[in-house]
Amino acid sequence: MSWRALRAQTAEEVRMTLEQGERLLVTFVIPILGLVLFSSVPIVSTGTAHRVDFFAPGVLGLAVISTAMVNLGISTGFERGWGVLKRLGATPLRSSTLLAAKVLAVLAVEVVQVLVIGAIAAGLGWRPHGSAWLAAGAGLLATAAFAGIGFLLAGTLRAEVTLALANGLYVVMLGISGIMFPLAKLGGFAAFARLLPSAALTDVLHPALSGGAGVPVEGWLVLAAWAVAAPVLAAATFRFE
Amino acid sequence: MPAIEVEALRVSFGSVVAVADVSFEADAGEVVALIGPNGAGKTTTVETLEGYRRPTSGTVRVLGLDPVADHRALVGRIGVMLQGGGAYPVMGPERAIRLFASYYEDPRDPADLIELAGLGAVASTPAKRLSGGERQRLALALALVGRPRVAFLDEPTAGVDPAGRVVVREIVASLRDEGVCVLLTTHELAEAERVADRVVIVDPGRVVASGRPAELVTAARDVRFAAPAGIEVDALGTRLGAPVAEIAPGEYRVDTPATPAVVAALTAWLAERDLPLADLRAGRQSLEDAFLRLTAEGHAEGAGGR
Repeated sequence: MSWRALRAQTAEEVRMTLEQGERLLVTFVIPILGLVLFSSVPIVSTGTAHRVDFFAPGVLGLAVISTAMVNLGISTGFERGWGVLKRLGATPLRSSTLLAAKVLAVLAVEVVQVLVIGAIAAGLGWRPHGSAWLAAGAGLLATAAFAGIGFLLAGTLRAEVTLALANGLYVVMLGISGIMFPLAKLGGFAAFARLLPSAALTDVLHPALSGGAGVPVEGWLVLAAWAVAAPVLAAATFRFE
Repeated sequence: MPAIEVEALRVSFGSVVAVADVSFEADAGEVVALIGPNGAGKTTTVETLEGYRRPTSGTVRVLGLDPVADHRALVGRIGVMLQGGGAYPVMGPERAIRLFASYYEDPRDPADLIELAGLGAVASTPAKRLSGGERQRLALALALVGRPRVAFLDEPTAGVDPAGRVVVREIVASLRDEGVCVLLTTHELAEAERVADRVVIVDPGRVVASGRPAELVTAARDVRFAAPAGIEVDALGTRLGAPVAEIAPGEYRVDTPATPAVVAALTAWLAERDLPLADLRAGRQSLEDAFLRLTAEGHAEGAGGR
């Protein structure tokens, strides 16, 4: 692996994410708007002392979904559609280096998201008291799971279909993953929702960031299963052209 | 060792045969143009050499290596310009060329390349906002970043304005001078005649002729004329001492080199019968004439074989 190529490619992947309005919309604007709006206005009852205590962990999870699945999936899908990936195949840049650059760029953007969203949540009165390590571990597993889903869409479908599906999944996951309201309110449907990586992520993040009681074993298992299955499936099906 | 060797190449996708039987070679310091109509198999041939396709049968070698099996050893030594480019739409030429330079061990200086490709005025304009010709020159510049020994240029002048064509021609000529083997495709014959040392005419999926442009042109010498349909070709043939054929109603071909005597005899024969002469072409043909004749023969043979 050429370190020079990895460094340059990672820098470009980060820059392309941060310089385009439509990408910032999904990675920063929507999560931040959601956090501020739901924390300030009593739309749903959260059962926590401060409303932000409920929303901050979920929105941090949403940030991971937006970067690892939506942004990565859509941009990779269009790069494939435009022939960029095909062209890169005729350079010494290895596909493993390109993959590493894309994953490192996702992690870098996530760090920025955590800092920005964390600061805004703190401004709204959020005082996390839990394990940053547990939360980071959940974030890494979730990044693997959602990046796997993003690559799975990008590597098999037309770019326009990937765009529609990734955005559609984002909205669905936003709705039924315990981000905007506690999962328990879904009733019997909650059991199904808990099989989604998004719900599992929120399930794990809530206790991790509020020093909550107990370890959500099911959440960790579901998240880990997605973190293995999605990348494996993506690697098996990805087509560069 | 030739830089490019293609031997009895056949590439089919399912039941569709894109390339039936193509063989040719190209040497270092040589510019070879694959010419043929759309769908003739030019791009498939080039993409097989670039390692994107596997031959169904036959062999291809680039610098003595197998483009698929030795992909890793080869990618640093070839330059590729795809149809459609494949550049990042959000990056301007300078940014894209710098990024590509990071992929290669000993890249060319990005600033030099931008100047060479005439992209200085648009160096930071995103590729999606460049004109078609500028985008083509960016794709060409990206093909040269790694100092390739073999350059594959698929339709390098498609959509390029006349000034841009001059730039592309100069770059191709400078590559030849540096000892680079250049394989380009085009369906524009005038362009091939200008830039190529040799042309390989492909249609449909097979080589119908190859050689220096001048050879192909002189090999196609005959006399063609237009006159009323249905003249007595046998009588005229006897007079000219060469067979005459009505290749289309009112269009005739005399199978003989165009000497002044033949032309004089032809016009005299027509004058005696008071027949108008609508068109007369004798002597050197354009490559286009040679191409149309050769590809028409290829189709006739293909049709006969079915």
